[in-house]
This record gives sequence, structure tokens and C-alpha cells, in this order.
Amino acid sequence: MSRKINRRDFLKIFGGGVVATSATLAACTGKDGKTTASSQEAEGQMTYRVNPNNGDRVSLLGYGMMRLPVVGGSERDNPDADIDQEMVNRQVDYAIEHGVNYFDTSPAYCRGRSEEATGIALHRHPRDKYFVATKMSNFSPATWPKKESMEMFENSLKYLQVEYVDYLLLHAIGGGGMPEFNNRYMNNGILDWLVEQKEKGRIRNLGFSYHGDVAVFDQLLQWHDEGRYHWDFVQIELNYLDWNLANEINSSNTDAVYLYGELSKRGIPSVIMEPLLGGRLANVPDYIVAKFKKCRPEDSVAAWAFRFAGTPEKVLTVLSGMTYMVHLKENVRTYSPLEPITEEENDMLMDIAEDIFNLKTIPCNECNYCMPCPYGINIPAIFSHYNKCIKEGNLPSHRQSPEYQKQRRAFLVGYDRNVPRLRQASHCIGCGQCNPHCPQQIDIPREMHKVDVLVENLKRNGKIGDVEI
Amino acid sequence: MLRKTRMFLAAVAFVLVTLLFLDLTDNLRHLFGWMAKIQFLPALLAMNLVVVVALLLLTLVFGRIYCSVICPLGVMQDLMARFNRKKNKYSFSKAKSWLRYGVLAVFVIALLAGVGSLVALLAPYSSYGRIANNLLLPVYELVNNGLASLAERYDSYAFSSTNIWMKSVPTFIIAVATFVILFVLAYRNGRTYCNTICPVGTFLSLFARFSWMRIKIDEDKCIKCGKCARGCKAACIDFKNYAIDYSRCVVCGNCIDKCDKEHAISYSPIRLTKQAKKKEDESVDQSRRSFLVASAMATTAAVLAQEKKKVDGGLAKIEDKAVVDRNTPITPPGSISASNMAKHCTACQLCVSACPNEVLRPSSGLLTLMQPTMSYERGYCRPECNECSSVCPAGAIRPITLDVKSSTQIGHAVWVKKNCIPVVDGVECGNCERHCPVGAITMVVLDENDELSPMVPAVNEVRCIGCGACENLCPARPFTAIYVEGHEVHKQV
Repeated sequence: MSRKINRRDFLKIFGGGVVATSATLAACTGKDGKTTASSQEAEGQMTYRVNPNNGDRVSLLGYGMMRLPVVGGSERDNPDADIDQEMVNRQVDYAIEHGVNYFDTSPAYCRGRSEEATGIALHRHPRDKYFVATKMSNFSPATWPKKESMEMFENSLKYLQVEYVDYLLLHAIGGGGMPEFNNRYMNNGILDWLVEQKEKGRIRNLGFSYHGDVAVFDQLLQWHDEGRYHWDFVQIELNYLDWNLANEINSSNTDAVYLYGELSKRGIPSVIMEPLLGGRLANVPDYIVAKFKKCRPEDSVAAWAFRFAGTPEKVLTVLSGMTYMVHLKENVRTYSPLEPITEEENDMLMDIAEDIFNLKTIPCNECNYCMPCPYGINIPAIFSHYNKCIKEGNLPSHRQSPEYQKQRRAFLVGYDRNVPRLRQASHCIGCGQCNPHCPQQIDIPREMHKVDVLVENLKRNGKIGDVEI
Repeated sequence: MLRKTRMFLAAVAFVLVTLLFLDLTDNLRHLFGWMAKIQFLPALLAMNLVVVVALLLLTLVFGRIYCSVICPLGVMQDLMARFNRKKNKYSFSKAKSWLRYGVLAVFVIALLAGVGSLVALLAPYSSYGRIANNLLLPVYELVNNGLASLAERYDSYAFSSTNIWMKSVPTFIIAVATFVILFVLAYRNGRTYCNTICPVGTFLSLFARFSWMRIKIDEDKCIKCGKCARGCKAACIDFKNYAIDYSRCVVCGNCIDKCDKEHAISYSPIRLTKQAKKKEDESVDQSRRSFLVASAMATTAAVLAQEKKKVDGGLAKIEDKAVVDRNTPITPPGSISASNMAKHCTACQLCVSACPNEVLRPSSGLLTLMQPTMSYERGYCRPECNECSSVCPAGAIRPITLDVKSSTQIGHAVWVKKNCIPVVDGVECGNCERHCPVGAITMVVLDENDELSPMVPAVNEVRCIGCGACENLCPARPFTAIYVEGHEVHKQV
């Protein structure tokens, strides 16, 4: 089956307006030549989408509060550092000033500190200037009973310093299939309680975010069709890699083309997460960077992914977890206004998606849901190092290759640099406690042991061509 | 000329030997490992007759140039003496024969009796090895790590970071003490150590007395100014009698340079004159000061030896592993047996410096003090490595190929049920089985009659080679659930 969407599908999904423009554009026509340095700042107006349920005018760029800056940089490098509230405030101010009005957090983010930091930053702005989204999370079974769940919601209001939540999501449904969904949201009556809260006006929009078992997604939409529950919005993972290939990358996942299609035909607005796959789509091998730059030399690689995610018209907002001001500015610029992906560009992205798929990287987006590993393994850092080596062409292939020694050294030295020895894959005991937490459905112990075997082979096969035994 | 040549050769030899201890890449060790193997005592212990005979011949021909050029401890003392900027800082003193020969006798007895710790304490090359390993290496590693973090910033893999850790406190203290004592002695009196304590120096002096080439004073040219004696770090020039104690002279050539006006001193082949012979025999007495210093040093060393007799995200804390108290210490593959190790090892620390897996460290046992022993809480004896066996100059760790190593049993694994994670935490593990390089571990159900009972490791002791992969990678902390017990005699599985 061809991976490319045919022209007809493209028209259906991306809307006629875009095609009208695309017809006049060749695939690789760059933006108008601009030579001033001002291109760092947004020049036009933010693109907005309207929520058909209530007329909310939502900015196409949504601020994901999952990867907040900590004192000293990013949480990845300083896992114990405090959140840099001053920086959060500055970035939220900048975002609001430039038209961003959707902020997405959760009781689980940043080891439970995200809601409070978000609340502090947003409270400094008029309540009608922003929409805040948070979740009924499921990170720990201890929070599953009704009482604890209600408390979680009340705490969200308290931390966010608001009377009502604009968008409330059942967090990451799909993992563990229908049984887990029923345990978490149905048997304890918490979903019905949330519906009541919506009627009371404490929740303005009720929806869910989805990862994993498609049976749950289908079931919930069926309830929607039957009128049992009404979903005001649904949050899905959508990007040019997962559009057609999510299922091929991991058979427990579902292609975004299906998810988006199901939602749009019901008129349910989509909120997009992982437009950049935790940065993986910004960090691609040089030859792919070259393809992008050849086409639009002034655009960053990330901008392509954001333009793709924002192009479908039923997308309400695209979330980006922007740790650094530079990313915020860049994303604001990309969406002020959105220049939709043309048909030719879309074809190119689908080709590039195949290229990326063929790299066989581990699909980890470093969301940290799996952490902390009780045995101290730094799971995201190991996968990130492995992926980095693939992208930089440092994954040693076979010993006869002339590059072998160089690649071997880069892999092993880099491994020790990025992951302390005691936190490396060799210490993974395979207990599997991480697996249920992974929204990407990665079989973490299996991948760990794969990396471990590779490292072991590299260590043992050091002295090739050496007379020494 | 003699002095310049000597200094040049000494500098080269000293740098090469030192680099053996500092080499973080193994490359230099492979190129210059022979520098350690031409050290006298290690060669003797390794029964390396070619080297021993060559060194004795060298001494018979040229005198004790071994002490001036090859011995790193000797060269180090020359460097230390340079800190004393005073000119004419030395003077002649009589040989302290009974101390020299006494120490030599004690040393030989210790060697024959297998008291490795005493041998190690006195052996000059080993003393230097300890200083290099304990004092110099950490500094070198610090610099290396600085460069590594710099390299990381520039995305270069030219330098990789290493761990700096305290391998053994007693050995460290002894290294520091040796360094301080040598510094004081060398600063004040030059080669006192070499001519009173050093058993190798004393032994070579027995041959140097009869050396063919020697330093001589031309009585006709000499004006008895005494400059030569004041510049002699071996305190062996009795200029008043035109006599030189060839047993102590290390042929440094300083006296020749000092005598730059009269040119009364030369280094030339022997022409025995009765006069010279007579004067040599006369020189037997003690210098009290040197004696006191020397015995003070010996006592300090003994005291030291005694002393050591005695919600999302975040990372889980990892406890350090406790050092396992083993009934039988583990010695590295190639060492054949504990007794072979004890007999040959001079505790030079070259293997400890060379071990890339943080396994080898100096022992704290009384009889094996400072000799290498293995422990696996920081790493394990990896299958691709035989570094220690390739560097050992003394035959304590014989060269061993990787194939032979992988079938040499140096110990065997022991399972400790009460620490085992599947039993304690009720989760799957099997990390020991997964990493056993010889497949000596099988996972079995704990209780045959209970299908749900956890899978735990069963060790096939006959296949186990004692490499410690299981112990090192066992998740139980601080006490591991599987550890290696050493074998006194190694064998092939």
C-alpha cells in the first residue's frame, strides 16, 4: 500500500483553501527573501482555531507545561533542581503577549510541580486571557479511588488558582486496554462525577488524551455517538512520522491519520501532542536536515513538524513543551501565522518519515513517565544516547567497516558521559515495572537488553586488527 | 659529557616508566612495558635470567649506572635533590656497611620466607610504583578528566573521563610516607637511601666495586679543593686520600663537571694501582647522622605497616555496594595461585594502575600487604581484558591469553538467598544469568512445588570462572545476592 496520501485524501484532510494556495506554489518555494535579523521575532498574527462547541478562540500554539525549565537549564541535566519560576513567568508572559492562550498541564508533570508553577505564572494574567487544561491523571494506582481522584481535581483548581478548568482530560487512556480504563474511570464513578462538575461549570470542556490500545479510543467514540458521553475535544499524538507509520513502528500504536479522521468526521476538535516527538523530529540526521534546508533554507527543522501538525483544520491547538525561550519564540513565529503544508511538501514529509522510520531508533520521547526506575536505571538517557548515535551515524555496524573503531569509541565514550555506569542498561534487571507507564508502548526491558548486548559486543570487540589476543 | 648523557638517558627512562603507571589508553604499556621488565628485582623474581645477567654485566662494566638511569626511584631522588638550590651541599661520609648489609640480609630472608609485604616495602621500583600510582596518577587523571569535559563540550571523543578512587588507605599512607622520607633524605644528603637501605643498590654495589669503567682522581692534577666531594650526592669521594668508594658511586658524573678547571677527574677503564686499592679498604666507619635518619625511616615504615593491620521523572538513589569480605582473596587470572603471587609480587602497583575495570587494588592483608587483590563492587574482570597479565614484570601474574583466561577458574560464585531481588522484592531479575560469560548460571524456580515461586539463580560451580560479572551486576545493594569466593590455586575448567 502506498504510504503517500493521494490527492483526494489530501484535499479532504487539509481543506480546499490550502490547495488553492498550493497550486500556485512549487514545493520548494521559500518564504519571501528577508535579510534582517528581525526574523527571530514573530511578524504576523498568531493563527487561531475556533472550538465549535463554545466558540473558544484558541491559539494554534499551545503551551505544554511538561518540560518546564529548572534552575540551571533543563530537568534532564539537573533532575533534582527546582523549577525556575522566574523563567516560567517570563516565558508565559511572552507567550500570552504573542497570542498563545492555551496552557496544558497535569498533576503528574515535573514530578508533580507543574500545576503549581503554571498557576503562579498564569495567575498574574486576567482569567479571560487564557485557557488552562489539566488532567485526571493515572500515574499511581493509589490515586485511583474516587475520593483520591476528587481530591486530585480539587488540588488542581487550588494549584492553578482558578475557579474552573477550561479543558479537563482523562489522562492517557488506552494503556492497559479497557480493563484498566474501567478500573480507573468507570468503576469508581469518577467520570460521572466529572460530568457533574462540567454541569456545575467547574469544567468547561471534557475530553481525553489517548495513547495505546485503539479499542479504548473506539469505545469512547462509540459512547460519544450513542450520546452516553459527550467529548468536547480529544488529545492525540500527531506528527508526520506517526501519521502513517505509528502502527508500523509499534503494533500497539495507532496511525494518526486514523485517529484524526475519526475525530474530524464527528466534528470533535483535536488537540495535538508530540508534534515533535519530544524533540526527535527536530534532531534528525544531517542528510535529512539538508533536504529540509534545501526546500526552505530559513526554516528550522522543527518548524516543518509544527507546520505539519497545525495544517489539518480540525486541529484546535498544537502543544509544545517549550523549556527554552528560544523554542517558544521560534514556535510563535512558525504559527504567526501558520503557513499550511502544501501538497508537495506533504509528499516530501511522507518520504522523510520513511527515512526516519528506517533509522530504527527507539521511539522514546523522553517524557519521563517511566521514571524513576526503582533500580536506578536512567531509561530516557540510555535511549536518547542510542538514538543520538544512530542519527550521527555512530552506531557501529560491523567490525570490518573502516569506521568501526571511530564509531565504537564515540558510542562507548559518549555512553559513559551521558549515563553514569550504575545507571546503564547492564543494570536493568528486566522487572518490567516501567512498561505500563510508557505512552509509546515501548517494551523497555527488551530495548534495554538490546542496548546492553550492543555495548557488551562493542566492549569485547575492541581490539580488531590488533595482534594482541 | 658523562653527566649530560646520564641525565638524558635517565630523563627518557624515567618518563617512560612513569607513563606506564599513568597510561589511560593501554597503548604506551604495550610499547614500553619492557621498561618495567628490566627493573632488577622484578626480573629476578620473574626468573628473567637474561635481564638479571645483563644488568649484572652492565654493573661490572660501567658501575652502578642502573641506579642513575634505569631505577625510577633513584632518578626521582635526583629530582628531589634539585629542590635544594644550595651549591656544595654534600660531603664525604664513610659507608654504613652493617646497615647496608643488614638490610640486604633481612630482605633476602624475607624474600625466601615469602614475606611479601616486607619485600614490597623495601623494593625500590615498587616504592616508586606506589608513589606513581597513589600520588601522581590521581593528579594525571584529574587533568585528563578536565580535558575530557572540555572535549565533551566540543563533541570530541579524544578524551574520556575516568574515576578517581581510593584503592587502599594503608597503601596510600605508605606511599605518602615513602615520598616524604625520600624527599627529606634526598634534599639533605642525596642518595642516602640508595646507599643504606636499598637492597638492590647494596646488591649491585657488590659488583660495582669491581667495575671496569670507573671515576678516577688524577693525583698529579688534583689540588685537593674538595669541590668534587661537595658535589657528590653519594658522599663517596674521599678527596683527601684521592679515594672513591665504588660500591656507592652511582656514576652520575657530577664530580667530573665540578672539576672543570683542573680536569683531575675522569671516567675511564681500570688500571689498578696498589695505592688506590689500599685506600678503598680503609674506608669503614659509620656516620652517625645518616645512620639515625636511616633507622628512623625503617622504623616509620614498620609502624605504618602495623597500623593498617588494624512522581514522574527523577532518579532513584543508588546505594554503594559493600566490599565483600571474602574467606579466600581472589587473585587475577595468570597469577596461578596465591602463593605464586606472594612469592613474586613486589607490589609495584603497575597492574593496579593498568586495570581498566576498577577491579584490582592493593591488598590490606598483613603478609600480602600492597600486593594486588580483586574485588567486584566497582567493576568485574571483563572477558576482553588481560592487561594486568601483560604488564606484570615480576612473574606474579604470568601472561595469559584471553582464551585461556576465559577458562581459568579463579574463584566461584556463591548465591545468598536472603538478598536476592526476586525473593525480596518479588520481581523478575536474572541479571546475573544474563551477564554470565560462561553460562554457569541457570534460573530455576525457588520452590519446585509452587509454580508462582520466583526464579532464582543456580550456579554451576564447576563452570564458573569467578569473573564477578554476576556480583557486579547484581541489583541487591549494599549486600549483593551473589558474590565470588576466591580459590587459592587456579585451575582450568
